Amino acid sequence: MSEQRSHIMIRRADGVFVVDFADRKILDELVISEISEELTALISQHSGIRLLLNFEHVEHMTSAALGMLITLRQKVQEAGGTLKLAGIIPQIYEVFKITRLNHVFEIHDNQSGALAAFG
Amino acid sequence: MTHPVDPDNESTYAAVEFPSSLEEAKKPEADILRELRRCGYDNDVIFAIKLTLEESLTNAVKHGNRCDPTKRVAVRYAITPEKACFIIRDEGPGFDPDQIPDPTTPDRIAVPSGRGILLMRAYMDRVEFRDNGREVFFMKRRECCR
Repeated sequence: MSEQRSHIMIRRADGVFVVDFADRKILDELVISEISEELTALISQHSGIRLLLNFEHVEHMTSAALGMLITLRQKVQEAGGTLKLAGIIPQIYEVFKITRLNHVFEIHDNQSGALAAFG
Repeated sequence: MTHPVDPDNESTYAAVEFPSSLEEAKKPEADILRELRRCGYDNDVIFAIKLTLEESLTNAVKHGNRCDPTKRVAVRYAITPEKACFIIRDEGPGFDPDQIPDPTTPDRIAVPSGRGILLMRAYMDRVEFRDNGREVFFMKRRECCR
């Protein structure tokens, strides 16, 4: 099962919704808003959702994208689900460290590690 | 850049101005990135400058000028092989940067907004807010110490 959307691609793997980002840069507020809307709809349709955001193609993001991730994390928690992040390049991981969000999100080196952690 | 610039003399900075929209705010970036590459800045430093530029321009458009299309944002910059300096100015009411709460404290960590200035200060070698926050100056040396 695979569904191509404007800025993200959502697929299922081992009962986990895996989200790949189509853009190398997550900067534009309109894009961030559209991604947020699409993922919010997905979360609301699947109680207890297991969601993995795979950043392996993403080379740049700003604080607006961090804000989106925080909001999504809250929504996943409200839906009784689990959110993990994976494939974050070192430059962007540094952004998570500076903001201490590396302690807020469960971040795995790669997709396979994250999928294994879902159990 | 068509004329010599001196990062230590703000009157020599290249200047560009645009109306307050996030779309317009993207336009100065291409020229700036080209100049950084031409001057030999490495990818990590360019990442830091690009992120700071994005954060400061977004702040100027959204929080400074409140997206008012009649107000403008002015960008001035000087890039040399030694360092890159930027001045971003908006026409908003200003703000006190010391009143921006620390977004990393336990009570603020889950708040979606308010991380831009933290990132700017973390990535740049110098950040100064001037004129009650209507103008921000930031500087990054090419030889990165991070």
